[in-house]
Amino acid sequence: MAMVTDAPKESFRLSMLIYDSRYRAVTIQVIVLLLVGLFFAWLLNNTAQNLAARGKEFNFGFLWARAGYDINQQLIPYTNDSTHFRALLVGLLNTLVVAILGCILATFLGVVIGVLRLSKNWLVGRLMTVYVEVFRNVPLLLWILLSYVIFSETMPEPKAFRLTDDMIAAGEEPAASKILFGTVAITNRGTSIPAPLFDRSLGSVDLGFVSINLTALATILVLIGSIWANRRLLASARATQEATGIRPVVWWKSLLILFGPFIALMIALGLHFELPELKGFNFQGGIQVAHSFTALLIALVLYTAAFIAEIVRAGILAISRGQSEAAFALGLRPGRTMNLIILPQALRVIIPPLISQYLNLTKNTSLGIAVSYLDLRGTLGGITLNQTGRELECMLLMMLIYLTISLIISALMNLYNQTVQLKAR
Amino acid sequence: MAESFVRKEMLEAQAPPASQAGAIAWVRENLFSGPLNTILTLLGIVVIYWLISTSLPWWLNGVWNASSLSECRSIVAASAGEGATGACWAMLRERWHQFIFGFYPPESYWRPILAFVLLFVALAPVLFTSVPRKALWFTAIYPALCFWLLWGGPIWTPIVAMMGFVILGLAVVYLSSYLGAPGSAAAGVVAAVLWWLFLQGPVAGFLASNLPFGLASVNSDRFGGFLLAITIGVTAIGCSLPIGIILALGRQSNMVIVKALSVAFIEFIRGVPLITLLFTASLLLQYFLPPNTNFDIILRVIILVTFFAAAYLAEVIRGGLAALPRGQYEAADALGLDYWQAQRLIILPQALKISIPGIVSSFIGLFKDTTLVAFVGLMDPLKGVTQIVRADMNWKGIYWEPYIFVGAIFFIICFGMSRYSMYLERKLKTDHR
Repeated sequence: MAMVTDAPKESFRLSMLIYDSRYRAVTIQVIVLLLVGLFFAWLLNNTAQNLAARGKEFNFGFLWARAGYDINQQLIPYTNDSTHFRALLVGLLNTLVVAILGCILATFLGVVIGVLRLSKNWLVGRLMTVYVEVFRNVPLLLWILLSYVIFSETMPEPKAFRLTDDMIAAGEEPAASKILFGTVAITNRGTSIPAPLFDRSLGSVDLGFVSINLTALATILVLIGSIWANRRLLASARATQEATGIRPVVWWKSLLILFGPFIALMIALGLHFELPELKGFNFQGGIQVAHSFTALLIALVLYTAAFIAEIVRAGILAISRGQSEAAFALGLRPGRTMNLIILPQALRVIIPPLISQYLNLTKNTSLGIAVSYLDLRGTLGGITLNQTGRELECMLLMMLIYLTISLIISALMNLYNQTVQLKAR
Repeated sequence: MAESFVRKEMLEAQAPPASQAGAIAWVRENLFSGPLNTILTLLGIVVIYWLISTSLPWWLNGVWNASSLSECRSIVAASAGEGATGACWAMLRERWHQFIFGFYPPESYWRPILAFVLLFVALAPVLFTSVPRKALWFTAIYPALCFWLLWGGPIWTPIVAMMGFVILGLAVVYLSSYLGAPGSAAAGVVAAVLWWLFLQGPVAGFLASNLPFGLASVNSDRFGGFLLAITIGVTAIGCSLPIGIILALGRQSNMVIVKALSVAFIEFIRGVPLITLLFTASLLLQYFLPPNTNFDIILRVIILVTFFAAAYLAEVIRGGLAALPRGQYEAADALGLDYWQAQRLIILPQALKISIPGIVSSFIGLFKDTTLVAFVGLMDPLKGVTQIVRADMNWKGIYWEPYIFVGAIFFIICFGMSRYSMYLERKLKTDHR
């Protein structure tokens, strides 16, 4: 009778750490961890030695010292008497405002170009192909520099806008004039746009650290409320339609809810616009937008839009023809086919690469340094760094902030991505 | 007898109506098929007309012989009338060498040119399978040769440095029967590192003093223009691919620590802008390295750009790895292949093939990003050289010409890369559809 015996119990030998696949993974990981730990210890040791040799120490106290430099674009009050930390905040807001505006505009432009590139119109399709290829294959830095140079060197000087009595007598026109019905003046020094002013402003609440502008807050609240009410209205209309088969007419109610409260608020606050006027040697009044901001924004939008166009095009092409044919067979009109059938499916393909384009755009705002746009890199990583000589602290803090922004954007977009993904049952 | 009215021979087919065939039908179909299309076409024509009418005279009136921008403008005004616009290509005629070579010594221009030509010789066996495999030997020695040609110095420096790899190879070949594959590789690496750390300097110095043969050495600060961009771009592309593959494999690994380290590295690098990494290279490395070490700024930039590109490549390759069906991994296991054999023979060839478009677009992005080295004081063609040209009194106020020139070269290189990736995709397509 055959006896089945257990395999003899192997005693542990040292060579099993390499040759036995059960232990090898552990061995490798321990070695890797040791090497990485040694590497970081080496870095820290070097850093400590170098800091000691230079007589520097590692602390962030300098952030509360007086900054002493001016920033030409400030979304929160800032003077050169403010602290370096305040300058950091101003820079961060400047980064964020370019990033947010850029993402919104680039998405619009990119979707339009992507759809037009797919259009059956031969000429338009070719034009859009040329646009996409040209903007994708040339460095972003070129577009930033070029648009800045075009703004600051080809635009007329402020004095070209002047209309003197002699010119009126001679019936001459000034060499340059404001565009968009005389509201926007583009000079070689900057762009002046109308500023919204309120007769009966709500003032602001000072919380010590930041002051909250109540007018802006009220506007935002009213807008959010209108959008929420409008969604409720549409939902109830849909419920009625599903219950009775007849969709109530809601478009005028919808318009009223969306715009009525906002217009009422604006009238109540006494909204009027202050137009830029030529006084002395430059335009006064209105909001002065620096060319560094405009050029950076335009370049980022044009460049990123080319990438987004390709993403949108690939997303729409990924939906098989059968889907739209099935929709037509059901009797859906082309517009509804797009809204109900194609886009929801295409969005699933589009969103993940779109997230990385948004991230790229946000990180690319740091190229504003090329046109002296004082964003986070320009304030914290530029002037503050040079004034205080705290390279290590400034660079680490800046990387940390950029990393946080990137992680927040990708977390938000991943949340949105989850809502449009296929619901597997 | 009844007469038959049945036709016996076929009629000639009639030509289709003019509106259904030929140019008219094509125009109707593709340009004017509906009101929206008609509007779009008309808009397109307006845009094209505007572009041509504003830029064509500028191109046609281009001036090639002048010594300053004002002279250009007066020549244009004289030949095409007052107020006419014209390009001033004379600037390129005078300054093209700076856009291409930076401040590289003019008598040595043949060196970067030769290195550039040899680059294609070295790349040919990698890019095209029809080239004989033996040519790969040249590819292997090309990095050292290129370094020597560009930076100059005694020829022994690169040769002695390459000896380290020879030692590694010899160790693997001759020791593997005693120590096994991992043991011999580890021994080879240790021997090579010892060679580089302790013997390379004295041996190279000894050879150089006894057999002085070499080229005049060129300092890194003389590099500029496209020479700099291509040096950084090609080196970083070459080095980032293997690192990217290792990072991607690490991220897919079952080993917790290796995976965590890979994820941390990739996410950190992808989360910060390249500019901050370049500033790290120029400002922070002096803190992180042992006191009084200082190495070449171009090399530092190349290392950081390589890491940056590797993190992006790792994500692209990870997509390719994830797209492979699970069955491929299981089949490799069933054949009894170990991890590296499975990766080398089964997984990576397929995963890399899937990720070619992404890899090439990462390379294109990397090459475009080489312009950012301007911010750490290197002379890239876009900002560095153009600024020098625009600061010259003679060419003050010129902007379209340098940007068009530099942009066109970037466009040609990047567009060429994307076309090559399409060719590669078609060639490697193995699905039968």
